[in-house]
Amino acid sequence: MKVPTDLLYTNEHEWIKIEGDRAILGITDFAQEHLGDIVFVELPELDAQVASGEGVAVIESVKAVASVYTPVSGTVVEINDALEDNPELLNQEPYDNFIAIIEMDDPSEVEDLMSPEEYEQFCREQEKELGGR
Amino acid sequence: MVSDSLKRTPLYEIHQRYGGKMIDFGGWELPVQYASIIQEHHMVREKAGIFDVSHMGEIEVTGEKAEGFVRYLMTNDVTRLKDKQVQYTLMCYPDGGVVDDLLVYRFSQQHYLLVVNASNTEKDYQWILSHAPEGIQVANVSDQYAQIAVQGPKAQEILQKISDTDLSQIRFFWFEPQVKLAGIQCMVSRTGYTGEDGFEIYLPAAEAAELWERIMEAGGEDIGPAGLGARDTLRFEAKLPLYGQELGPDITPLEAVLGHFVKLDSGDFIGRDALLKQRDEGIKHSLAEFEMIGRGIPRSHYEVYKNGEKIGYVTSGAYAPTLGKPMGLALIESRWSEPGEDIDIMIRSKLIPARVTRGAFYKRPQK
Repeated sequence: MKVPTDLLYTNEHEWIKIEGDRAILGITDFAQEHLGDIVFVELPELDAQVASGEGVAVIESVKAVASVYTPVSGTVVEINDALEDNPELLNQEPYDNFIAIIEMDDPSEVEDLMSPEEYEQFCREQEKELGGR
Repeated sequence: MVSDSLKRTPLYEIHQRYGGKMIDFGGWELPVQYASIIQEHHMVREKAGIFDVSHMGEIEVTGEKAEGFVRYLMTNDVTRLKDKQVQYTLMCYPDGGVVDDLLVYRFSQQHYLLVVNASNTEKDYQWILSHAPEGIQVANVSDQYAQIAVQGPKAQEILQKISDTDLSQIRFFWFEPQVKLAGIQCMVSRTGYTGEDGFEIYLPAAEAAELWERIMEAGGEDIGPAGLGARDTLRFEAKLPLYGQELGPDITPLEAVLGHFVKLDSGDFIGRDALLKQRDEGIKHSLAEFEMIGRGIPRSHYEVYKNGEKIGYVTSGAYAPTLGKPMGLALIESRWSEPGEDIDIMIRSKLIPARVTRGAFYKRPQK
């Protein structure tokens, strides 16, 4: 399982990349692996106002439906609409395919996110709970 | 989470070896997938897949008057069967609701094997037993059999490599009780639950792992293991019903549009009066197939609307990998179930447009 060291992470298995006051949001390798083949992505609306903890996108695999939550509040300034036609990109390269970019209202919200080391530890614990397979 | 109390099939070790991702399926620990549901799905449509279906239940009915007894239990007419022939049928309650859908194998007029859904095995066994008159023996022999399904256009070619029996002589919905595969004594039927050509192989549990490996060797690049996930997308895409979704105690075979397997005019059976009445009074709800017009994937239990009024619910829905788009089956008011009808599916509190279709599901290319 890949956990790039230049990103921050949530306990819902999203990754965040901070560029100035913009937060780039995607799902992690752990998330795509556990969802299986992704066949549908519902993206947020451009210019939508979103609050931290809110579900902003929906990802469906063959067997499951999952929400993508934003850990930061702000405005959606960019969406990756290539995912609508090619949702499998999230399986292939989860870290090269963002879901949305959010202009943050309060950049201090990122302080609550996990570091790569913390996230890796978090995933190991989740694996154990899921039966270790 | 996989608990310790789950039943395991004779192929459990095999699934571990092949990297199966194990889940709890009605009390059985079985692989939902090995690598990818979609890859396994395409493998079966294009070449061949091998499935562990040992969890299926097998119930033997024997006795001098076995034929009449089985006829009385089933909606389909088993008296039309010849020896070594298989029939798809349903078993109903007196009110027309479905106990189970199953395959009937006729060895002789005195000897039948019923292959039933895993999670219904005990219920079915008790149901059959409770109706059995003197002179009929009913036995739940599920634990004696392993079952391996080999499905896909290359299924016959692969199995032929390890058998001296000419498998092309086994026609669709027929079986051979004595076939040697890789030297192992098996019962082989040309049946399946994928919409492809293929075989279902019944054999002693102790030899299942050996046969699995010999089939994998014989198939080489042309075969791969397929899990329950692909089994479900394959059966769904071919519009084959699943008990608990398209069928159940509250859905009659006529509502499920399986009237072809209900023979109302050839002898009495449990549920016949109720089904006759339903046929004569009109069927208020029917299973309809539909495609999405708006973006979204329909899922089991999503509500279906017409002009803002709820008219039913989705029984099965999924992204259909071979068709390359989401499709659905829904039990809705019959007056809206004709092809071309515009309906809406409630997906995450939004009404998404869809359209009733007919014949839009997968049919395998004819040779």
